[in-house]
Order: sequence, then C-alpha cells, then structure tokens
Amino acid sequence: MHDAPAIAVSGLTKRFGDVTALGGIDFEVPQGTVFGLLGPNGAGKTTAIRILTTIIRPSSGRAEVLGHDVAEEPATVRRLIGLAGQNAAVDPNLTARENLRLIGRLTRLPARRLDPRAAELLEQFDLVAAADRPVRTYSGGMRRRLDVAAALVSEPPVLFLDEPTTGLDPQSRGALWELIRQLLREGTTVLLTTQYLEEADRLANRVAVIDEGRIIADDAPGVLKERLGQTVIELDMGDEARAAEAATLITTRLQRAPGREGPLLRLAAPDGSMLLMDVMHALEGDGMVPRTIAVRESSLDDVFLALTGHRTEDTP
Amino acid sequence: MTAVVTAPTVVERVYAPIHDGLAVAHRNLIALRRVPRLLIFSTVQPLVFILMFRYVFGGVTGRALNGISYVDFMMPGIFVQAAVFGAMNTAIGLATDMQTGLMERFRSLPMARSAVLSGRTLADLTRNVFVVSLMTGVGFALGFRVHTDAWRFLAGVVLVLLFGFAMSWIFATIGMAVGDPETAQAAAFPMLVPLVFASSAFVPVATMPGWLQAFANNQPVSATVEAVRTLVLGGPAASLVWQALAWDAGIVAVFAPLGVWLYRRAV
Ligand SMILES: Nc1ncnc2c1ncn2[C@@H]1O[C@H](COP(=O)(O)OP(=O)(O)OP(=O)(O)O)[C@@H](O)[C@H]1O
Ligand SMILES: [Mg+2]
Repeated sequence: MHDAPAIAVSGLTKRFGDVTALGGIDFEVPQGTVFGLLGPNGAGKTTAIRILTTIIRPSSGRAEVLGHDVAEEPATVRRLIGLAGQNAAVDPNLTARENLRLIGRLTRLPARRLDPRAAELLEQFDLVAAADRPVRTYSGGMRRRLDVAAALVSEPPVLFLDEPTTGLDPQSRGALWELIRQLLREGTTVLLTTQYLEEADRLANRVAVIDEGRIIADDAPGVLKERLGQTVIELDMGDEARAAEAATLITTRLQRAPGREGPLLRLAAPDGSMLLMDVMHALEGDGMVPRTIAVRESSLDDVFLALTGHRTEDTP
Repeated sequence: MTAVVTAPTVVERVYAPIHDGLAVAHRNLIALRRVPRLLIFSTVQPLVFILMFRYVFGGVTGRALNGISYVDFMMPGIFVQAAVFGAMNTAIGLATDMQTGLMERFRSLPMARSAVLSGRTLADLTRNVFVVSLMTGVGFALGFRVHTDAWRFLAGVVLVLLFGFAMSWIFATIGMAVGDPETAQAAAFPMLVPLVFASSAFVPVATMPGWLQAFANNQPVSATVEAVRTLVLGGPAASLVWQALAWDAGIVAVFAPLGVWLYRRAV
C-alpha cells in the first residue's frame, strides 16, 4: 500500500440520466503532491471529487485512494480523506468550535484531542475571535475557511478541496495557499479543483485541464505553458472603433489578424519582443498610439483557449 | 506519509452507530437550544390540545367512560397524541437535514450510515421528554389525577416516550423518502390524523361504527393508549404493556433499516 499512488483514476465515467458528467477520465496523483483539476462550469470537477470521496458511485471505471477502491472499500477510503466541498458543509446553528468538535467526534479523534485540535485549526484559519458564535452569523469567506478547516480535523493523508478559494479575499486566499504548501511539506496529498488559473499554476505539481467531462491536457503547469505557451501582447486602444481600425492596420501590414475584445487587441507569438516592435511600427505612422500595452507570458487561461477554442467562463 | 488502515473490528461495528448517533443527536439538540422556536412550537400544539379537550369534551360523562372523569380518561390519549404529532417534526427535521450541505460532508466521513437518522430520532426523544414533563404539569393543574401510584405513572410515561421514538423512525423514513420539509409535513399530517383520532385516545372505541372499531382496536396508538391508561387508572396492565412494546419493537425493526437504506441511496 505504501507505494500506491495517492489517487488513481482510470476510465472513470458518470452519467446522470442523459447527462454525461464524466466521459472517461484517467489520471494519477503521486503521494505528497498537489494535483489541480482545472475547468469551466459544468466540466465535471465536482462530480470527480464526489466519486473519489465516496459520496456517489461511478457509472463505470475505477477510482482508488491509496490503493483502496472507492466503490468496493468506501469505509476504508473515508478514513483516509478529508473533503471541503464546493458548498460550505458546516452547521449554521453550531459555532465554529462545535462544528470542528462534531467532525472530530465523527472521524473518531480521541476525546482528549477534540478541544486542542479545534483550537489549533481556529488559530490556523484566523477564526479565533468568532469561534464561539453560531456559524449563521459568519460572512461567506469565514464560512469557507471553517469548511476547509473541517476537512483537516482528522489530519487526513489525502485531501480534496473543491474550489477552496472561491469567495475568499486575496489575503485569505494567500493564507490558504500557504497552508496548502505547508500540508504538502508534511506529506499530505492534495487534489484541488479551481477555475482560478493562477491558483493551479501556483500550487499544483501537475494540472489536468478538464472540459465537458474529458481531460484535454494533463501535465506539469510549466510544461503545459511551454507546449502551448507564447508571449501574449495586449493593446488597449481606448475604444472599440480605434481597436477595429488598429486591427485592420495590423492585419494588412503584418499579415496576421489580432484577436479583438472590446477596446483590446491580443496577439501571441513565441517571439514576443520581435512581434511587439513590428506591431508598434505598423501603428506608428497613423498615430494609433495604444493607451496601455501589456506583455505577459501566457497563463493557463491562454492554454485553455488554445486547447478548447473557447475561453474559460470565469476568470478572476 | 503512510497511512495504515485496518478493517473495522466487531467492537467498532457495534460501537460506531451508537457513538455517531449520539454525536449527531448532540448536534441536533444544540440547534434546538439555539433556535428555541422549534421547541416552543412543538410544545404549543399539545398544550392547545390539552386545553381544548379538557374544556370542550370535559363535560362528557356516561357509561362508556365507566365512571371515570373525562380529564383522567383523556390525559393518556393526550400524551400519546403529543408523541405521535411530535414525530412529524422528525420527518420535517430530517428532510431539512438532507437539504443541508452538511450531508455531503457526512457521506464522506467514516461515520455510521445510520447516524443521521438515529441522531435525529434520539434528539426528538429528548425533546419529547421535555414536552411530556410540561404536559404532566399542565395536566395536573387542570385536574388530572393518577389513580394508581407514581411507579405505574412513570412506566406509562416511559411507554409514551418509547412509542414516540418508534413513531419517529416511521417519520424519519418518510422524511428521507420525500426529501423536502414542506412535502414531509404535507405527507405526514394526513397519516397521523386517522392514527390518532381513529383510536381509543379521545373516545372509547365502543362508541365507533363497527368497521372503524376493527381498525381502532388493532393499531399502535390504541395499543399504547390502552396500556398507559390502564397503568394510570388501574387494572392488570402487563399484557397491554407487552403489546405496546411489541408494536414499538416491530415498528423500529421495520423502519430503521428502511430509513437507513433510503439514506444510503439518496444523494
Ligand atoms: N446530480 C446531478 N444530476 C444531474 N446532472 C448533474 C448532477 N450533478 C452534476 N450534473 C451535471 O454534470 C455536469 C458536471 O457537473 P459538475 O458539478 O461536476 O461540474 P463542475 O466542473 O464542478 O462545475 P462548476 O465549476 O460549475 O462547479 C454538469 O452538466 C451538471 O449539470
Ligand atoms: Mg463544481
């Protein structure tokens, strides 16, 4: 069991009536790594997590956690995992402390560990001040933090986080990222889903891009970017009319059509600095000075666009 | 990190449902304390019933009652009906539970699959202890008197609570089956009314038409009311008590597995 991957998924499908939520996915997550599942709304991220956490059964295919099949040995799998689902799964009538104690009892933490463990997590998630207030009085972000804390009560070796930072302010998000890195150093395996491309990029050792129930890319974030990545140049022309005019100029003079989005023009090329000079030349004579110019390495968002032909629907 | 996991032992298998049921019951009781309107409304109905029956039917006398005053006749019935109507809250509470995100987490935890249901029925049992105590006080204030002794009265109260617990399992199953609180309430109410009123709770069965007597004499509300009434008003009670207990055991034996089975299936 020691050498088993933390998570192994093969040929996994899930149908809900006519809807195919997962159309056969395969991936493997080595122990002690962070795996990012990246995809737009309805891609099948939550469905994959619900199968891996034994909440629903797959239609076909296999899913294993530390070598234990989720459909055949759900009781064993449940003792190895922690889950923070997409929707806050805490009791609004209980305080944060009571919620954490409840989860502690239900995960069979020894009684003497309940209070110290709850206190530790409240501290770690910056909830000490509100610890003894009913959760229904919490803000969305506080509830979210408590939810992630609840997933950690039993110190599970494999952790599932479904869009853990959705609804968190930048500071809490940064704190959660730091915490995930800390867990990683302690040997925990983390599978997280996200629509925040930056998040997968920063945290994950490996990223699978999922769209309409299929994995369309699975690689290290750096490799993905290298394979599909380019330098992206974004020109803000101020308004749409000017953008259209500039687009025409660039198209005729450089024989390449920029992407257009409102006042924005977007071009991508492996050799970005060369392209930028050419573009400036093309526009110069006609006084089409862009309001702002942004040059950046392609993000996972661009990768997604290149892979699927459409943009992710929600980007931060 | 390596994790060593062993299969649950026999002790764990027996212990887990109790331990986890109590943990969930504790959670439900905290909510009851923190949202007191739940408790208030579950006591208002029985109190209204006591007052109505005490004063609307209180003048009823006659041979059918065997010379017992109506208030003494009806109080066992009132106790039992409170336990039965209280069980409706189990259906509503559980259907509400099933809609919360917490269930999603519960399913991923290594807890007993029965705990959500047993936690709810145990919490409702605790609530019934409170309701029955309050009703006892009000009943005495309105002229109810125990004709036997304190022990027999106490035995009657325990029987009422056990019956309420058994009914909770029926309504837990209904709550699981329908899945939302409004439907749970709508489904539970019409089932409860004939059980409570076509019984010996408020009028002697002998006054009913024959076809109704057949039902009224062979259903658990009557069985429990008869046992409690005999305990409180006097007479040989043992066989009636056993009958009532048999109903309770039978109901739990059927509905607990059914409810848990529905819980496993519902996602
Ligand atoms: N219980 C269900 N019944 C029917 N269809 C479902 C059910 N659960 C999910 N689906 C469908 O399966 C598909 C995948 O849903 P899923 O929740 O896994 O997406 P997701 O990637 O988590 O999306 P999001 O980013 O919006 O959370 C969707 O088309 C969804 O409508
Ligand atoms: Mg989702």
